[in-house]
Amino acid sequence: MNVDLYEKFWMWAAAGIVVVFIASIGFTTFGQAIQPPSHIETIDPQTVRSDEEFGQPGVTINPDGSATVVVQAFLFAFLPTEIRVPRGRPVTFRMTSPDVIHGFQIVQTNGNTMVVPGYVSQFTISFDRAGEYLVVCNEYCGLGHHNMYARLIVEDVVAAAAGGER
Amino acid sequence: MIPSRKLALANLWVAIVAFTVASAMALMQALSRADLDLPWRSAKMYYLSVTAHGVLMALVFTTFFIMGLAYAFTERALDRPIEGPKFAWASFWVAIVGTLMVTAMVLAGKATVLYTFYPPLQAHSLFYIGLALLVIGSWGWCWVIIRTYLAWKRENPDARTPLPVHGILATIIVWLIATVGVAAEVVLLLIPWSLGLTQVIDPVLARMLFWWFGHPLVYFWLIPAYVVWYTVAPKVAGGKLFSDPLTRLVFVMFILLSSPVGLHHQMVDPGIAAGWKMFHTFNTMLILFPSLLTAFTVIASFEVAGRMKGAKGWFDWLEELPWSDPTFSSVALAMIIFAIGGFGGAINAAYGMNAMVHNTAWIQGHFHLTVGTATALTFMGAAYWLMPKLLGRDLELTLLARLQPYLWFMGMLLFSIANHMTGLKGMPRRVYQFDYGGSEIAQQWIAGTGISAVGGFFLFVSAAFFALVMLGTGLAGKKREQEPIEFAEPLEPPGGKARLLDKMGLWTGLAILLMLAAYALPLIQHLSLERFGARGFSPF
Repeated sequence: MNVDLYEKFWMWAAAGIVVVFIASIGFTTFGQAIQPPSHIETIDPQTVRSDEEFGQPGVTINPDGSATVVVQAFLFAFLPTEIRVPRGRPVTFRMTSPDVIHGFQIVQTNGNTMVVPGYVSQFTISFDRAGEYLVVCNEYCGLGHHNMYARLIVEDVVAAAAGGER
Repeated sequence: MIPSRKLALANLWVAIVAFTVASAMALMQALSRADLDLPWRSAKMYYLSVTAHGVLMALVFTTFFIMGLAYAFTERALDRPIEGPKFAWASFWVAIVGTLMVTAMVLAGKATVLYTFYPPLQAHSLFYIGLALLVIGSWGWCWVIIRTYLAWKRENPDARTPLPVHGILATIIVWLIATVGVAAEVVLLLIPWSLGLTQVIDPVLARMLFWWFGHPLVYFWLIPAYVVWYTVAPKVAGGKLFSDPLTRLVFVMFILLSSPVGLHHQMVDPGIAAGWKMFHTFNTMLILFPSLLTAFTVIASFEVAGRMKGAKGWFDWLEELPWSDPTFSSVALAMIIFAIGGFGGAINAAYGMNAMVHNTAWIQGHFHLTVGTATALTFMGAAYWLMPKLLGRDLELTLLARLQPYLWFMGMLLFSIANHMTGLKGMPRRVYQFDYGGSEIAQQWIAGTGISAVGGFFLFVSAAFFALVMLGTGLAGKKREQEPIEFAEPLEPPGGKARLLDKMGLWTGLAILLMLAAYALPLIQHLSLERFGARGFSPF
């Protein structure tokens, strides 16, 4: 196969680009442990509302200062509608849906997952900035899709401890 | 001259009508997203329109256009009539019946499930049955083209496969592998469930099967556009194709790499192990290579054209190119846009970065550059070139045709850049409104949705110009002698070199092996989970 000299250069450069992309993904994955949420756990969607964990969604502050947030995503809201978590501590979100597929996206962060009936989604994130965040459903779920949101409030740890048991 | 002329035209007209209807719906969506209070605006209409736009553009316009293009190109490039024209017509009508069923259900508001139709959102069963018929009709088309190719091969055992046919066969192989996934999803899961024969469905399994189909689908759209870039555009530019064997290499790489990548659409899905997502990410990065090669080969072909017209300097060959020819300008502008879209795609598929953009407005910004321009604008450019030849009429309203690609380019830059930016600021895709209880964060998106509406308006005008040119040409174009369809000659004929690249059976076999490597274990692992199904909901 006759390949023009300039095209040969280009092919090497193109291969180089692909290698750089793959290497940078490899670096962020293995060097910085950035992984997409890929939790594997199943649950019967028919029992979500009476489930011990998901039937009572809310925030728990763990003894080590980290937080666990249990969320129910359903047509067309999140429970709890207001989520308070401590700043600078690992926050683990666990969520599922009793009806259709929803999205759970903490706007302007990389907290973003699908919430699929029959499955438990989970990811851990920590917030450097205190203040209010917006959580939206980003997967079309029906005519009320655009009304499906929650407020996430990140508090400095002292304040969170004071109001921690709410 | 072209025995299947009517068949090709029938397919192309269906595509043009679907495109026009879907463009009108898009205008309404763009205005709605800019939060303009139009009188007929409602959430029901908005989501219905998003569904209709997606189905008509992504599934109907593209599939019918590609079928029509392939009939015309195959017959001309092989210089023989297609095998089984009656079967081809029967397949066309099956696809039409399916399309009408799907469209009727969507417009009746009984299938507002978007073009991705993820269960447990449940549409009317006729929606799924119609989709199945559309796919079955397209399989008939695949069979006709393959039979024609094999008959030609028997008649010309030593000839090289003509380049347009090589690309069309690649398209068909990718489509056949892809549609196995969606056929399994629709026939085994969705149809029985929507008829009430089964009560529950596994949404993650359905999504895996959908994206088995959904990513190669984008190469089913793209490869025919590449066929136009490689085999038509250099000719229209007045030059020759820079390299024949590298073009074949590109098509073969698409056969191999288009399919084992679907999980990159499910990066943030629960129930799928991270390792498989990473494997599909790496496969996805490899597909950048054939597209980067394409950029070189097609631009070099344009340079050849400029130099054949006497250009001597470094860049003056650009001035020699026929920028006022709508076929050429469509392809050239589509390529520029695709360069941006391609790098955006690498970000989407990039494992860690995906979470920043997943299901945000960034995504619609992205695929309107790729399928919405690289493919759609190329197809419009191809229509300006092909329709007059098939109709035996002159192109009418040529001024509109000349302006149309530039309007599209400008409109799409506005629309797409605005959507990329609002997406990075966290705006979700496919939302009717974004008040979110008076959220201040959501207020930041308003400027972006306004710019995107202006872009959408330009796009609508451009689409209307295209539709008018087609309508005018079909009804009132001056009759003329039929002009032959001629493809670009390569600088050096392929001769006997690199014959391996023509062995489609071999590449298909390897592609199936790669597909098994990418999907067999993830599916087995998935099926061995303790899974609970979900009941259907129709909240629309």
